[in-house]
Amino acid sequence: MSVLRVEMTVPRSAFDVIAAFEVPAGRVLGIVGPNGAGKSSILAGIAGLVEARGNVLLGDRDLAALPAEQRGVGVVFQDLLLFPHLDVRDNVAFPQRVRLGGRRAAREAVEPWLARLDLAALADRHPGSLSGGQAQRVALARALAAEPDVLLLDEPMAALDVEVRDEVRADLARHLRDFGGPAIVVTHDREDAAALADEVLAVERGRVVQRGTLAELAADPATAWVARFASGRAV
Amino acid sequence: MRALAVAAAALLLAGCAAPAADPEPASEGPTGTVTVLAAASLTDVFDDLAARFEAEHPGVDVVLSYGGSSALAEQVVSGSPADVFASANESTMAIVSDAGLAVAPVVFATNSLELVVSAGNPGGVTGLADLARPELAVALCDPVVPCGSAAQRLLDRVGVVARVDTLEEDVRAVLTKVALGEVDAALVYRTDAIAAGADVEGIEVPEAASLLTRYPVALLADARNPAAAQSFVDFVLGEVGRRVLTGAGFGAP
Amino acid sequence: MPRRRTGPVVAILGGLGLALLVLPLVGLVARAPWNELPALLGSDTVLQALVLSLGTAAASTVACLVLGIPLAVLLSHSVHWPVVPRRLLRAAVTVPMVLPPVIGGIALLLLLGRRGLLGQWLADLGLALPFTTPAVVIAQTFVAMPFLVFAVEGALRSADRRSEVAAASLGASRAQVFRLVTLPLVAPGIAAGAVLCFSRALGEFGATITFAGSFPGVTRTLPIASYLAMNSDPDTAIALALVLLAVSLVVLLALRDRWMPGVVR
Repeated sequence: MSVLRVEMTVPRSAFDVIAAFEVPAGRVLGIVGPNGAGKSSILAGIAGLVEARGNVLLGDRDLAALPAEQRGVGVVFQDLLLFPHLDVRDNVAFPQRVRLGGRRAAREAVEPWLARLDLAALADRHPGSLSGGQAQRVALARALAAEPDVLLLDEPMAALDVEVRDEVRADLARHLRDFGGPAIVVTHDREDAAALADEVLAVERGRVVQRGTLAELAADPATAWVARFASGRAV
Repeated sequence: MRALAVAAAALLLAGCAAPAADPEPASEGPTGTVTVLAAASLTDVFDDLAARFEAEHPGVDVVLSYGGSSALAEQVVSGSPADVFASANESTMAIVSDAGLAVAPVVFATNSLELVVSAGNPGGVTGLADLARPELAVALCDPVVPCGSAAQRLLDRVGVVARVDTLEEDVRAVLTKVALGEVDAALVYRTDAIAAGADVEGIEVPEAASLLTRYPVALLADARNPAAAQSFVDFVLGEVGRRVLTGAGFGAP
Repeated sequence: MPRRRTGPVVAILGGLGLALLVLPLVGLVARAPWNELPALLGSDTVLQALVLSLGTAAASTVACLVLGIPLAVLLSHSVHWPVVPRRLLRAAVTVPMVLPPVIGGIALLLLLGRRGLLGQWLADLGLALPFTTPAVVIAQTFVAMPFLVFAVEGALRSADRRSEVAAASLGASRAQVFRLVTLPLVAPGIAAGAVLCFSRALGEFGATITFAGSFPGVTRTLPIASYLAMNSDPDTAIALALVLLAVSLVVLLALRDRWMPGVVR
């Protein structure tokens, strides 16, 4: 697994989002910032889901030259985007299906992933019948089953009830540690950043304003928003 | 004198207000609307007759509706509110008479069939026998309508089995297809061939002269405006009518 | 949702609307010559027309699917086009729907008839379209395709297209996205469109009789045969009408719960 080096500009209607940073393999970078700052745009640019200029280097491969489906970047979307017409097993098996071609072979190959994410009992259910936490596990399993080189999560806790967040957060932290490659988590929640990320990147109005651990941000905040965020006060 | 004029004016106003059955006004002649159902082959000639009748009787509006005689007969029997029915053969008129709805039908014209081809005769047609050629596109009326049954009788008499591509519901539909060049040959009435002018070429069929179709016209029993309707029927049967019909190619009854 | 009471105005007007739709069919069934029906239904006239109608309507539906689904995709992409081409495309697809069918038939004749714009070249090659069964299929496809296109476009618009984004992030190529995600998501809409298309093709009259003509077994479909039968034999006309009604009902009922959540529950 290699280092992810990003140096790109994502054009948007109000302002361009400009970001340059590195994420070593096995590390989780949290991208934090107020709503509309451009955090999700950075993820979309890395994944190739929106137009972007610049480089996205993984080791010595430039992903920016590749279309989204060839980049090996796994994404867990804020709205999860599970396929409603497929059951849980087929959802998680989708990346295998795309690679292998056969539905049955893919469904067999996916068993380990279902076990890892504790989804065996839910395998025949459809996404519409799952709870928020269950659906999130399915989305994560599906992204991991594609065996990506980079993992991106956009507001992973957003769709969950407050009561289950702590438990899901702990599970998610464990899976991220097991992942092994560079990972990025976008969040506006300090608890999420604290539990999931090794370091955070603070983004405001399309620009990176600070980088460091939460402690460093709390000790020496670069902006008012960072100060409020890092200290845990309401943002 | 003035009382008479006032009375006549009152009756005239009453006649214009409601085109229902009125006693014949004393001095002004027929008024109101006359609804005429006529066979498709009467299209242009009845337009002409209606215009002349309206010119002579300004208070009358003649409303014409053309179609296959059989369809029109069925409409009358189903209760269509018409005053006059003119059909392209006597058996169709019989449908209406048998239902007790036709008042004394009178034959007012005859017609004969003619072989027509599209302008330029691309199929090289010379006679009825050519209708059996498989490579030609041939249109006829369907046998359920008068021109179709007449065509069938003619072909049987001559002993030709036509290779037909389409059996249309009325003779004008057949004529249109010939005029557009979509079919090479068809059997229509002599009057239709004349009406189509330069768009089609006619080929006389000697045997057709002996197979005349007779056109009856009748006032309908349920007519809303029997006075004006009878006046129109008389006009068709009269001298002007005879002249116009002959000019269009119809034969004398 | 709390249950709302149906007010009197809605009940009366709605009831009148329902009566307008249902009573003519009741009249048809009530006046049917039930005694003669078996003999009539077995007659050549009816059987030929039925087989021809079913065959041509099915062929038209296939043609509509093959050509209409890509057209619907094109239409859904056109939201990104500039205004004028976008509106022209939509207008072009709508025209057969609002054009009186006979006018459509005349237009087809002027295009594909023996003296038609394209037809004359076809005639030189020995291909004459009018008065053939393929001409019936062409006429039916012309009038029925917009129904399919708009049904599919609606399904494409309402389906969550972001699933396609997710599929791309999981490694699916554009073709795989279309096959594995887009098509299954719009399948119910496609099915509903196909049913509409089939029904419209089955009932098509004006364009068919003008362009393809009327010959038993070749081009005389159920509606045309029924119209002609009204001339001389109302009993046969009614029998044909009943057959059309029965086929339409069968099509609707057979595809009920499985495919058409929006149209029939």
